[in-house]
Amino acid sequence: MGEFKVHRVRFFDYMPAAIRAMAFNRRTERLALARADGALEIFNFADNYFQEKVIPGQDGRAVEALCWVGRRLFSAGLNGEITEYDLENLRPRYTVEAYGGPIWTISGNDQGTLLAVGCEDGTVKMFEVLEDRIQFQRNLDRQKGRIISLCWHPSASLIAAGMMDMIRIFDVETGRATHRLLVERGVGASKSKEVVVWSIAFLSDHTIISGDSAGKVQIWDGLTGTLARTHLVTKWDVLALSVSQDESSLVAGTSEGTVVQFQFLSSTLDGQNKDWVRTRTFKNHSHDVRALVHTETAVVSGGMDTQLVVRPLLDKVEKNTQESAMRKMAFPHRSLVCCAKKAGLLLFQFPDHLELWRLGESDGHGETTMKFPLPPFQVSKLPKDLRSAHQLCFSTDSSRLFASSINSSVVVVALNQPECKYLHTLKPKSGEAESNLILEPVHLLFASEDGKWLATANTACEVQVYNLDKIKLHCTVPVYGSCPTAIAIHPTSSNLVVVHADQQIFEYSLVQKEYTEWSRRLQKQGLHSLWLERDTPITHVTFNPKHPAHIILHDMFMFCVIDQSLPLPEAKTRLFNQMILRSLPEPMRILHRHAFKMCKTFQNLMCVRLLEDHSLVVVERPLLDIMSQLPAPVRQKRFAT
Amino acid sequence: MAALYEGYTLCGLAPAQNQSNSGVLGVEAERDSDHVVVTDSTRSVTLYKVSDQKPLSSWTVKQGQTLTCSAVYNPQTKEYVAVSDGKVIRIWKQEHLLLDQAFKATVSADVWRVHCVAGGEPVVLFKRGAVRLLDALLSAPQQPIEEVLAQEESIRWSTNIVTESQQFAIFTTEQKGDHFLYLQRLNPNTLQRYRLEREEPGLSPLSFSASYRDKHIRLLYLYPNGHVYQSVVSERGLVTDEGGQAFPLPRSLLLSLPVGEGLLEAASAQALDEAHIAVVGVPHPSAGSGKDFLCIWNTNFQTLQAGKEIAGKIYGQLWSFWNKLFIPHGKTLSVIPYECPKSSLASALGKMRQVKTEESKAPTSVPSWNNILHEEKALPSRTVETRKTRITRKSQSSSSLTNYQVLELIKTAPVEEVQREVDLLLSRTDIQDLQPSLGQLASTLVSRTLQDPAFYTPSSLAQLVHTRCLCHSVCPDLVLLALERKDYFLCQLCLQFFPDIPEAITCACLKAFISMSDVDAENGSLEPDGVSFMETLIARERGPDGLLNGFSPTSAAEYRSDGLGGGGTRAQQDEEMTSPPPEQICPVGLHKAVLLNEVLQTAYSDSFLLPHLKDLSSQQVVLFLQYLQFLYLKYSQDAFPQTHGLRSPSLSQILDWVCVLLDAHFTVLVMTPEAKGLLVNLHSFVKSQVRLVSELGKIEGSLQELNKMTAKKDVGQYSIEIIELF
Repeated sequence: MGEFKVHRVRFFDYMPAAIRAMAFNRRTERLALARADGALEIFNFADNYFQEKVIPGQDGRAVEALCWVGRRLFSAGLNGEITEYDLENLRPRYTVEAYGGPIWTISGNDQGTLLAVGCEDGTVKMFEVLEDRIQFQRNLDRQKGRIISLCWHPSASLIAAGMMDMIRIFDVETGRATHRLLVERGVGASKSKEVVVWSIAFLSDHTIISGDSAGKVQIWDGLTGTLARTHLVTKWDVLALSVSQDESSLVAGTSEGTVVQFQFLSSTLDGQNKDWVRTRTFKNHSHDVRALVHTETAVVSGGMDTQLVVRPLLDKVEKNTQESAMRKMAFPHRSLVCCAKKAGLLLFQFPDHLELWRLGESDGHGETTMKFPLPPFQVSKLPKDLRSAHQLCFSTDSSRLFASSINSSVVVVALNQPECKYLHTLKPKSGEAESNLILEPVHLLFASEDGKWLATANTACEVQVYNLDKIKLHCTVPVYGSCPTAIAIHPTSSNLVVVHADQQIFEYSLVQKEYTEWSRRLQKQGLHSLWLERDTPITHVTFNPKHPAHIILHDMFMFCVIDQSLPLPEAKTRLFNQMILRSLPEPMRILHRHAFKMCKTFQNLMCVRLLEDHSLVVVERPLLDIMSQLPAPVRQKRFAT
Repeated sequence: MAALYEGYTLCGLAPAQNQSNSGVLGVEAERDSDHVVVTDSTRSVTLYKVSDQKPLSSWTVKQGQTLTCSAVYNPQTKEYVAVSDGKVIRIWKQEHLLLDQAFKATVSADVWRVHCVAGGEPVVLFKRGAVRLLDALLSAPQQPIEEVLAQEESIRWSTNIVTESQQFAIFTTEQKGDHFLYLQRLNPNTLQRYRLEREEPGLSPLSFSASYRDKHIRLLYLYPNGHVYQSVVSERGLVTDEGGQAFPLPRSLLLSLPVGEGLLEAASAQALDEAHIAVVGVPHPSAGSGKDFLCIWNTNFQTLQAGKEIAGKIYGQLWSFWNKLFIPHGKTLSVIPYECPKSSLASALGKMRQVKTEESKAPTSVPSWNNILHEEKALPSRTVETRKTRITRKSQSSSSLTNYQVLELIKTAPVEEVQREVDLLLSRTDIQDLQPSLGQLASTLVSRTLQDPAFYTPSSLAQLVHTRCLCHSVCPDLVLLALERKDYFLCQLCLQFFPDIPEAITCACLKAFISMSDVDAENGSLEPDGVSFMETLIARERGPDGLLNGFSPTSAAEYRSDGLGGGGTRAQQDEEMTSPPPEQICPVGLHKAVLLNEVLQTAYSDSFLLPHLKDLSSQQVVLFLQYLQFLYLKYSQDAFPQTHGLRSPSLSQILDWVCVLLDAHFTVLVMTPEAKGLLVNLHSFVKSQVRLVSELGKIEGSLQELNKMTAKKDVGQYSIEIIELF
C-alpha cells in the first residue's frame, strides 16, 4: 500500500473548558452540558452519546445551572439571568433578568409549569413557563443567606432549598417556609466556616437528601424535619447529587473526583426497613465532580477535568457488551482543525480566536513550522443572512462560501467580488420549510471538488445533496437512524460517503441516486465487530486522489485507509492486522490483506488530512498535556494522610 | 573494644550555689574495690559501699569549720586523714562516730592536700610546695615549713605515686601563665622542676592525670582546645639540680579530640591503661556539639572505643578506681563501670568478631534485690539449665578459681591440672564476661607450651579458639605452634575463626598442608563440616556430560588434543572412556583436602600473598594446582556445591587462588614438564570462561535492544515521520 510522510503536529493547544452543569432529559435522552466558558453542548445518549449540538459561549454568561422543561432548555447563571436556548438555530432564544442577584440554581417542576430559581439575595423566585417565554410569578418567603440548591417534590407542592448551614422546605402554595433543617458544620478547623448545602434531592416519600461542603451526604425526613442518617463521604465538598428515576439509587460527586453511589436497600433479605446504604465508589476524575446525572443505566459525571464520563452501572446493563464499557469524552465530536491542502496551512479553532500555522518543508532536517499572527480582520459588509452561521465551507476554487444558517438552510455567498455578496439560500425542501415543525440545524457541509455538489447533514439525521449548478436540491439520502458524523463526496466518482455515529459507513452514488455496490456489500457482510465497538465517532472523511479506491477517515484513536478494491474483513479475521502484515514476507501479505488499514500510531487525534503532496498531517493533542494545564486538584490522595 | 557499662548513682550532690562546683571535693579509694570515701566540699566525709549504692558511715566537722582537702584512707593503719580549715589535720578510724573526738593536730602552714595510696605512706603537700610524710609531720606538728614555690606560683593539681623503690609526690603549678611540673622524691628527698611547653597563648591545662608504667611516670594533660599531651619522666630522674632550674618537659600529642564549637570548659582526661584514656566533657564526634559525653579513646589507634551521654552539668571532675569511673554530673555522683581489654589491630579495625551481641552488662553488676529475695521462686523457671552447667556451678563454688589464679596456675601446674582448670573456667556460664581475659589465657598457655616441650593442652586451646574471642594478633604464636605440634585440628580452627591471619602464616600453613604425608594427615580428626563436604565431593561419580558453565570435560579433552597435537592422546581418551579421567580424581587425601579448603577460604590480599607463595616448590605448586583444577571441575560439572550449606570454598575463591598461584610461579611452571598438561587444561578453563562471558555479553546486548524497543521516544511539538501501511 505504501509509505506516508506524516507531519506529526502537537502544537495545537486545545484546552477544553471545565464542565459546570448538566441536565438530562429522560424523554428525549438528551444530555445538556454547560462548560465554564459558557458553551452549551447537547449529547444524544440514544445515538452513541453523539455530541449533536454545540452552542458557543459568551463572555460574562457563565452557566451555573441547567434545566429541561419538556424539550425546552433553560439555564441560569451568576449574571442573574435566565436564558432559554433555541436548539434549532443553536443560539440563546431570550434572556430574562431575575432581579435577585446571582442565580445559583434553577429547577422546574415535573409538570413543566413552573421554574424556580435560587438567588443570592435569599429568595426563591417562581417563573411561569409560557408557550414562548417565561414570566415571573412570585417570590417565596425571603430567607437570610443565599439559596444554593433547589429541588421540587414530585407533587410540585413543596420545594426544598439548600442554603448556608440549613435546608428550608417551602410550601409552594403559600410561599411559606414550613421546615428548617439545620446542617451540622464540619469538625475541627472548618467548625467556624459555614457549611454550604451544594446539592439537594427531594424524593416522593418526602425524604430529603443533601450534599454539603463538610463532605456529608445526609438523609432527612422531610415530613418531620429530622435527620435520619449521615454519611461522611469525603473530607472535602460533596458538590453534586443525582437520584435515579425510580429513587432506588443515588450518586454524589465530591471534590476529590470520586462519585459515591448509595442504594436504597433493606438490610435483611426480605426486610421492609429499607435504608440508604453506601455501595460503590467510582474514581474517574482527577478534579472536582461538579455535575452528575443518574440515568437509567449509568452514572454520567463531569467536572473540572473537562471530561464527560459515562460509567454504566453493571447491575443495570449486560456485562461485557459495548453498553457496559465506560466512555470518556474528551474531545468535541467535530473537527476544530482546518487544513489548506495546497498551501500546507493549518487553522486551529479556539473559542475566541484562531491560529494559522504553516507546515514545515520536508528537507530532511529543516522541520520548521511557522505561526502566522492572524491580524484581527473584519470583513465589512457581511450579508445580513450570514449573521447566524454555525458551519462554514468554501468551494474548492474559493469562489463560494457556504454557511449553514437558520431553519436548516444553507446560505451561499460569492467571494470573488471585492466584497462578499449574498447569492441565494438553499432550503432543504423548497417551499415546505415552513410546514416542517422541527428543523434541525445543519452540522456538516461538504462541497464537492468539481464545484457541482454540496452535501449537508443535519442533526435529524437527514443528508441532503444540492446541485450547485441548478441551485436546487438534488436528492435526499435515505434517512438512517444514526446521526451522520462525517460526510464527503468523492472527487471523481461523485459518490457520497457518509459515516454515522453508530460507526456505519454508507456510500451513495449521486449520479444513480442509490447506494453503491460496495456499500451494499458492506451492509450485507456487516462491519467488523471491533470497528463497531470503537467509542469515538469518525470526525472526518477524505479521499486519496492518487488512489481513487481509498477512503481516509479518522476518529480520536486511529486513522484508517479503506481500500475499496480489497476484500472486506470477515468477522473472524483480525481487524488490526498491520503488525502482522509488517512481519510477513511480501507474497504472504496479499493473502492476509483486507480493506481496513488502520493505524494506531497516533493517539488523541484532532485531525488527519491528506495534503496535495500526498503527505499526511496528523494533529495530536495528548490528554496528558491537557491534564498538565489543569489547576491542581483540591486534594492529592496520598498514603497516610 | 573498651566498653562503658550501664552506670548507676552513688549519691546525690548538693552543688554550690553558682553551679560551677560539683560539691565533691574528692573521691578516694578505700580498703577494696567496693568502697570509696567521698568528701564533699563543705563539711562531711562519707564512706560508701559502691555496689550497694549505700553509705556506710559519715563524719561531719562542726559548723563553721570546713574541710579543705579530701579525706584519704590509709590502708596500713585503717585510718582516715583529712584537713580542716587549712591547718588542722584530723585522723580517725571507722569506729569513731564523731569527728570532733578524733585526733587533731594543727600545723604551721596551709596544707594543699594529703595523699595516700596503697603501698605508700600518707604524704602531706603544703600550699607553698613543701612535702612531708604524715608521720614525720605529726611527730612535730609545729615544725617550720619551707616555701618551695615562687611568689606568684600556686599549685593546680597534685598526686602521689608509689613505685617499686620510691614514693613520689607530683604536682603542677602555674606562675603567670607558665605551668611547671614538680617531681618530689621522698626518702631520699629530691625535687625536680620541669617547665611545660606552652600551648596556644591563654590556654592552660584543664586536667592532669599521672600514671606509672615501665619505670616511667607518664603525665597526661588535656587542653581546652582538645589536645591531649603525654609527657614521660623517668623514674630514675636526672641529676638533681638544687638551683630550682626548670627543665623543659618534652611532650607528645596523644590525641586531638574534636571540641565542636568553642573551647572545652569543664573537661577532664584520665589515663585508664597504656592505651586508653577516659575523657569527660567533650563532644561525641558523631553526636553533634553537645559536650556532655564520657568517651573512652584508644590512643594507639586514635579510635573512639565507647561513648556515653552524661545527663546534667559536667564539672570536669573524673576519678577512676578499679574499673569504675566516678563522675559528678548534675546533682548526682555516678559510677560507670568500664572495661578496657587489650586492643588488637583486628578489633580496632572492627574485624574481630564481636560475639558480645547482647546488651553489655556490667561485670560487677548491681545485685538485684528481686533475685536475692525470690531466688528460690525464680529457680524452677530456669529448668532449662543443663545438668552440666549445674555441675560446673557446684565445682565452681567448691574450687572457684579466679581468672588470675588460673593464669598463675598455667605457668607452673602439670598438664592435666591446667587442662581441668581451663575447662572449668571456660565452662562457666558467664563466659562473655571473660572475653577480655581469654586472650591473656591463650597467650599464657602458648608461651608455656613454647617453653616446655612436654606441655601441650590441645583441647583447651581448641576450646579457647572455639569461643571466637581470640584472634591472631592476640596470640600470634598459636597457629605456628599448632603447625609445629602437628595439631591440624587446631590449625583448621584457627584458619576458620581468626579473621586476621597474616599471609605469611597462611602460606606456612599451605606449605605444611601440601607437603605433609597422608598418614600424618589422616591422624586425628577434623571439623566434621568440611570433611563431609569433601566426602560428598569425592564420592560423587563423574556426573552426566552436561555442558555446564560453558565447559565440559570432553571439550576440554578436545582442546588438549588440539593443543598438544601428540599421538598419545588417542590411547588416553580410550582410557578415559573406562575410568574417570585423572583430573576427576582427587589428587590429595581427604583430610589434606579439607585443610587446603580451609586455606582457600582465608582472607588475603594478593600483593602480600605473592612473595610468600614463591616459597613453594614447583612440585607443591603442581600438586596444589591439580587439586584446584579438581575442585574447579567438580564445581563446574554440576550446580551442586554451594547449595549444601556446608563450609566450602566458593568457585571464585578457587579461581582466585589459581590465578595467584600462576602469577607467582608461571615461569617455573612453564619449564616444568609435568605441569604442561595442567597448564593446557587451565588454558581451556579460561577459554571456556571467555566463551561463556562472550555468550553472556551477546545476551546482554540483545536484552538491551529489547529495552530500547520498549522505551517510548519523546515526541516534540512537531516532527515529520514516515509510516508504512500494508
